Amino acid sequence: MALSLAEVEHIAELARLRLTEAEKAQFQEQLSAILEHAAVLQSIDVSAIPPTATVLPLHNVMRADEVRPGLSQAAVLSNAPDPYDGFFRVKTILEHE
Amino acid sequence: MASGDIAYETIIGLEVHAQLLTASKMFCGCSADYAAAPPNTHVCPVCMALPGALPVINRLAVEKTIRAGLALNCTIAGHTLFARKNYHYADLPKGYQISQYELPLCHSGWLDIEAEGAARRVGIARAHLEEDTGKLTHMGEAAGDTRLSAGRGAATLVDLNRAGIPLLEIVTEPDLRSPEEARAYLVKLQQILRYLGVSSGDMEKGAMRCEANVSIRPVGQTQFGTKVEVKNLNSFRSVKLALEYEVARQIAVLEAGGRVVQVTMGWDEEHGRTVVQRSKESADDYRYFPEPDLPPLEINPAWVAELRAALPELPDARAARFAAVYALDERDAALLAGERATADYFEATAAALGGTAPAARTAANWITGELFRLMKAAGVEIEQVQVGPAALADLLGRVERGEINANSGKRVLGQMFETGQPAGRIIDELGLAQVSDADALAAAVDAVLARYPDEVAKYRAGKESVLGWLMGQVMRETRGKGNPALVRALLAKALEG
Repeated sequence: MALSLAEVEHIAELARLRLTEAEKAQFQEQLSAILEHAAVLQSIDVSAIPPTATVLPLHNVMRADEVRPGLSQAAVLSNAPDPYDGFFRVKTILEHE
Repeated sequence: MASGDIAYETIIGLEVHAQLLTASKMFCGCSADYAAAPPNTHVCPVCMALPGALPVINRLAVEKTIRAGLALNCTIAGHTLFARKNYHYADLPKGYQISQYELPLCHSGWLDIEAEGAARRVGIARAHLEEDTGKLTHMGEAAGDTRLSAGRGAATLVDLNRAGIPLLEIVTEPDLRSPEEARAYLVKLQQILRYLGVSSGDMEKGAMRCEANVSIRPVGQTQFGTKVEVKNLNSFRSVKLALEYEVARQIAVLEAGGRVVQVTMGWDEEHGRTVVQRSKESADDYRYFPEPDLPPLEINPAWVAELRAALPELPDARAARFAAVYALDERDAALLAGERATADYFEATAAALGGTAPAARTAANWITGELFRLMKAAGVEIEQVQVGPAALADLLGRVERGEINANSGKRVLGQMFETGQPAGRIIDELGLAQVSDADALAAAVDAVLARYPDEVAKYRAGKESVLGWLMGQVMRETRGKGNPALVRALLAKALEG
């Protein structure tokens, strides 16, 4: 289950990581090894087991529709590097650029 | 759609996002009423995605989604999951949106619509629950814009008040065949969401948003053409205009021997055209996976049955009942049933007038005529009208009984609408009470006949059209207050004598 270099580049792009050529080769090898491990699990016959999304014995954990106080604006923005007039200010990035 | 030698068929599917009317957000207790709030004041560790914060599902949002699903004839899932939709954007603090992917809450429904005189059943592929994103304001690079940091180029302001508002996404099958059908579907969907109290459906305020997938194919071809996604459809009007524009554009591309490319377009309202936002060459890769922070929902069929039993009568059923029970014409019935508040107002007025079919038709005529005209001129909705159903019925009763004539009735309604005063007081103040006193009216008739002997002679010589003119003179003599039927009878009698 070896990943191609193009697949590694695509995954890096989705994660917004800029990799050097050496890193790409390194991650190609490491990610492929992880997938090989997953392939071992894939080989188990689970056709008789219903798909499950969680191993917790919980369901229907819900809350009533009640308003609770949140944080103050000052607290919300206290870690923002460049707040402006109550907003977070960030560099403009066009969608899926 | 025909052009050149080939006739084309239009295929449209719609994706609608509607904010649910809840007090708190989808996964935390922050207030969902953010419209007038200063930025970043309805925010907590959950909706700003601080490490370690855990979401908890808002039960009312689930309930409202199920109610919408039932009204759209959907199957309600017994087992349903939330999923993470992963992408990076500044309006999404977590780096993923909690949505649903496999196993949506509602699926496989339909909605019947009517457009251009034809009925169509539109399939509802799914209706699922997710969270809204934050609001971004992009700042221009114009010099002197103080909202820009020096030398940093274009900036974006982020407000997370909207992040985490419960959002209902409703996706149709590609069943719509014209821009007009798409518009009719949206109007109907908005009516239903409002009837249920599930969403305000207000497109101007962004509480209901629409995206469309559009393709064309030669008539008779079974395979779909390449679809184009059109975004930024923020009103019924822009939905129709954008789709008409896009269909014409695609036909022109094919007619010129080209091929339609799969892209995402945005509707440019100002210039009335669709413009490419991004190409689909690198397909979306959202890497959905089940949300590990939220245990699954097992929807109890008894809960669904309870919600189904409590559904209100929906607009179509109500319009059909109005037409059947009160013998209203279909157009008036649909007009009155379209908004729940209007339908309630009509029924309350009709009931106060006695509840008979003729009383209901009187109420319907006045509401769809005079009252709607006043509301439109004042730019108000029925909820803001100062004249309640009982007050309107009181006025209409006075007109029916001949206390005032219909023209005066309109004047009185106008005053009631302005001032909120009851009909009786306005009639007294304006001195509009209709004169039905035969002696007083006979005196007015005599005065007019004495004043216009030539016209009287013409009438007696056989020119019957003069009667209407004489009638007008007598009404003028009574300053519009004469009971018209009585005046006509007295006039006829006097002319014969």
